[in-house]
Amino acid sequence: MIELDQVQFARGRQVIFGGVDMAFPRGQVTAVLGPSGTGKTTLLRLIGGQVRPSAGRVVVDGTEVSRARRKTLYALRRRMGVLFQNGALFTDLTVGENVAFPLRAHSRLDEALIERIVLFKLEAVGLRSARGKYPAELSGGMARRAALARAMALDPEIMLYDEPFAGQDPVGMGVLLRLIRRLNDALGLTSIVVTHDVSEALSIADHVIVIAGGRVIGQGAPEEVLAQRESEPALAQFLDGAADGPLNAGDVGTPLAEELGLGGGR
Amino acid sequence: MSRVVDAIARLGRMVIGGVRHAGSMALFAVELAWVLMPSWARPRDIFQQVYAAGVLSLVIIIVAGGFVGLVLGLQGYNILSNFNASESLGVMVALSLVRELGPVVAALLFAGRAGSAITAEIALMKTTEQLAALEMMAVDPLRRVIGPRFWGAMISVPLLAALFSMVGIIGGYLIGVVVLGVDQASYWGQIAEQMEAWEDVGGGAIKSLAFGAVIALIAVYEGYRAEPTASGMARATTQTVVLSSLAVLGLDFVMTAFMFGA
Amino acid sequence: MNVQRGVELVVGVFVLAGIAALMVMALQWSNFGASRVSGYEITARFDNIGGLTVQSPVKLAGLTIGRVDSIELDSETFQAEVHMVIDDRYDNLPTDSFANIYTAGLLGAQYVEISPGGALESLEDGDRITMTQSAIILESVVSKFLFDKAKE
Repeated sequence: MIELDQVQFARGRQVIFGGVDMAFPRGQVTAVLGPSGTGKTTLLRLIGGQVRPSAGRVVVDGTEVSRARRKTLYALRRRMGVLFQNGALFTDLTVGENVAFPLRAHSRLDEALIERIVLFKLEAVGLRSARGKYPAELSGGMARRAALARAMALDPEIMLYDEPFAGQDPVGMGVLLRLIRRLNDALGLTSIVVTHDVSEALSIADHVIVIAGGRVIGQGAPEEVLAQRESEPALAQFLDGAADGPLNAGDVGTPLAEELGLGGGR
Repeated sequence: MSRVVDAIARLGRMVIGGVRHAGSMALFAVELAWVLMPSWARPRDIFQQVYAAGVLSLVIIIVAGGFVGLVLGLQGYNILSNFNASESLGVMVALSLVRELGPVVAALLFAGRAGSAITAEIALMKTTEQLAALEMMAVDPLRRVIGPRFWGAMISVPLLAALFSMVGIIGGYLIGVVVLGVDQASYWGQIAEQMEAWEDVGGGAIKSLAFGAVIALIAVYEGYRAEPTASGMARATTQTVVLSSLAVLGLDFVMTAFMFGA
Repeated sequence: MNVQRGVELVVGVFVLAGIAALMVMALQWSNFGASRVSGYEITARFDNIGGLTVQSPVKLAGLTIGRVDSIELDSETFQAEVHMVIDDRYDNLPTDSFANIYTAGLLGAQYVEISPGGALESLEDGDRITMTQSAIILESVVSKFLFDKAKE
C-alpha cells in the first residue's frame, strides 16, 4: 500500500535517510521503531508529502507522493488521517468544532449530519462528554483522543500516528493501544505507528520496521524481527534496551583524561 | 587585530543574513499574494481578524492620539507665540497629524500591539503543529490562517491612523482654543484654508495604507517562519516590532519625499 | 453565533468610524471645494510679487474671493503676470480696481488684495487689472531707509 523506494533525505548536512526501502502492507498495523532523532517523524512527513526526498520515490496506493502536484497531494491527504505528537488541536475551537473541521472543509453535508458524525467519532474514542470543551481544558490523554477523533473524521484509509504513547500513563496507554488496534481492524485501515516504546508497539503491530543511523536495521513480523537480533547488534541493543552498544558507541570521543589535560595514559 | 577582523566578519554575516531575510520575505509575499483574494471566501474570518487587530487597538490609538494632539497644541502654541502667529495653531496641528504623525505613530503603535500579537499567534500555531495539521487535512494554512490575518492588519491600520489624526486635531483644539485662548474661528478656519483634501488627507491615507501592508506582511512572515521553540517565538515577535517600526519610518521618508518633496 | 454577531457589529462600527473620520477631515475640515469653485479669470501685472505663490488667496475687504491660478514672467515688460480665478459670485468688480500684494500678519503668507474702484463697468473673464502695487520687499525698505539716513 505504501512503499519507500531508495529514499534519501538530508537536512542540511545531516543525512537522515541514506537510501532506504520500506513497505507498509495494506490493512495492517505497522510499527516504526527507532531511537530518538532517527527521522521517524520525517518519515511520516515524507509519506504525507510535506517534505520531498532528495532521491528515491515515496509511493502511496500507487500515487507517487514525492512528485505529486498540489491537487493530487491534497486529494490524497483527504484519505489520510494524522495524529500529531501533541494532538495539534485548534486552540480557538471546541473539541466538537475541531472534529467537525475536516467535515466542514471537505464535504457539503448539512450541519445536522455533521453533528451526528462528530458524536459518533467522539463516542468511538470515548470523549462524547467533552464535546463543548476547549483544548486548553483537556488533559494530555484526552487531547490526544480528541485529535484522534478529528483525524478519523473523514474515514481515512490510512492513519499515521506520531509518537502516540509519549508521556502517557499506563491506563491512557492501554486505551490508545486498544483504539489503534480496534480501529484498524474494524475499518480496514492501514496504520503506521511511529514510536520508541518497544513493548507497546510490538503488542499491537502486525509488521515492524526498525530504523537507526539512517537505514533499516530490521523489518518483518514482530517474531521475525526479534529473531533478527542475533545478526544485528544495533537491533539487539535497541530492542533489549541495553545501555551500551553500537547505537551510542560514538558518544565517547576523546578520553576524559586527555580533555582535562592530564598526561598519564599516553 | 583578529578582534577587528572578527567584528567585520560578523558585520558581513549580518548583512548577508539581512539580504537573505529580505529575499525570503519577498518570496513569501509572492506566495501570499496568490491566496489574498481567495481568503475573502470566508469573510467571517477576516472580520474576526479586523476585530482582533483593529478594534482591540482602538483604546491605545485614541488615547495616544489625544495626548499627541494635546502636546502638539501646547508646544505649537509656545513656538508660534514667538512669532505672534498663534492663530495658525490649527494648521500646524492638523497638518502635522494628517501628513505625518497620524499615519506614522498609529502604525508604530499598531506594530507593537497588534503586529507582535499576530506574530506570536502564528508562531504558536506553528510550534504546536496546528499549521501542519491543517496541511495534512488538505487545507491551505496560508489561505485559512495567514491570509485573513494579513487583511485584518491591512484594513485596520488606515482606519486607526484616521481616527488618531482626528482625535489629535480635537486635542489640539481643546488645549489651544479652550485652554490657551486661540481664536476658535482661526483654528478651524485656517485649517479649512490650508489643508488640502487630496494632497494632505489623501496623502496621509495612502501612507497609512502602505504602512498597513508592510506591517501586515512582516508580522505574518515572522510568525510563519518562526522557529518552533519558545525562544524562536520570542525572537520572532521582537523581529516583527523592530523590523516593522524601521520599515515604517524608512518608508515614511521615501513617501514623504515623493509626495511632498520639492 | 451571538458572539459572532457581536463581533461583526463592532467591526462594522469600527470601519464606519474610521471612514467617517477620513471623510470629515477630507471634506469638512479641509479646503475641499474651495479651489474647485467655478470662476472667471482676470490678470494683473506686478513689478515684484514677493512671496506670492500659486494658490495664494485673492481677497477683497478681507474675504477670500478667489485664488492665484498661475504666475508667469512677461518677457517683454519684465513684469510678473499673475492669473487669478475669481468666484463667479463676485462678478461686479469695477474695472478700475487696484490689485495689491499684502502680507498676512508679520510673517504670514502673501495674498492679493483687491481694492474696488468706482467705475460702472465690471471686470469680466480675461480682463486685466491695470493698477497694481507690488509686494513690499523688506530689504528695499531697509536700504531705502539707510540711504535716506545717509543723505541727511
